[in-house]
Amino acid sequence: MEIVFQQTPGLTETPMRYCPGCGHGVVHRLVAEAYTELGMKEKTIGVAPVGCSVFADEYFNVDMIQGPHGRGPAIATGIKRCKPESLVFSYQGDGDLASIGMAETIHSAARSENITIIFINNAIYGMTGGQMAPTTLIGMKSTTSPHGRTVEANGYPIKMCELLAALDGPVYLERVSVDKPAAVVKAKRAIKRAFQYQIEKRGFTLVEILSQCPTDWGMMPLAALERVRKEMMPFFPLGIYKEPADSKAAVAEKE
Amino acid sequence: MPKIEVDTIRCKGCELCIPACPKNVIGLSKTFSSTGYYPATMVKPEACNGCKLCAYVCPDVAITVYK
Repeated sequence: MEIVFQQTPGLTETPMRYCPGCGHGVVHRLVAEAYTELGMKEKTIGVAPVGCSVFADEYFNVDMIQGPHGRGPAIATGIKRCKPESLVFSYQGDGDLASIGMAETIHSAARSENITIIFINNAIYGMTGGQMAPTTLIGMKSTTSPHGRTVEANGYPIKMCELLAALDGPVYLERVSVDKPAAVVKAKRAIKRAFQYQIEKRGFTLVEILSQCPTDWGMMPLAALERVRKEMMPFFPLGIYKEPADSKAAVAEKE
Repeated sequence: MPKIEVDTIRCKGCELCIPACPKNVIGLSKTFSSTGYYPATMVKPEACNGCKLCAYVCPDVAITVYK
């Protein structure tokens, strides 16, 4: 009997301390598999954010730095400029990237820094206890919007991929989800492509992953997946927002 | 015969693998694991075809698939 699926050597043996059903674990696995399969495990340097994934350095079997809140892209910029041969990724959540880290994100994208950002969008602040994030959907309840987010009081949620696509700097932007096996396969392809473009020194790449947060949404994991499909996907449409003109998918589309 | 092996220390019984399985092989165990969850287990081991879909969605990388 042969093993057809097992844990990648890109992850450590430490059991993850995320809540049951959290999307972080899947994305950790996909990122780890991507750099391992590209043969870059020994050359990868990651930046852990502030948020639930603050302990990501315990799970990724590569060198990691944990940055101040939202400053992931700035730290990744520094690492990449000092060690251009390494594969640098910044792993960030929506509270980290779209709120306090918005300036770093936009400016590193505008400079087209040769880094990859893995952006987990679960529409809520997870670690601090379910407060409203910039990506919280209209009508969605959180501990700081107990009657649901309203446009009058809180404005509209921020769509990061669309926002960054308006800039000239980013090379590859894609939004994916991890709600079912096919989506997980697509998400892995997106992460791998982003890393591939970074290795080819093309510039700024970002993959946004719609994820569930069962604990702070107050839902069972399977109901949370349903919410990702029914409520998040219509507002945050999946797809490629920017890609190099000579990429395989873009060339196929033109033909 | 194909089979899956669930690491009961990593598994948190989130049930995401249950609908992912096209053959309804997986269910939750009736006994607690050492970490205090009901871990996933094979309830219809004869139907498993080793398609790996459960392992794709597992957030805790708890599933090893043999074929």
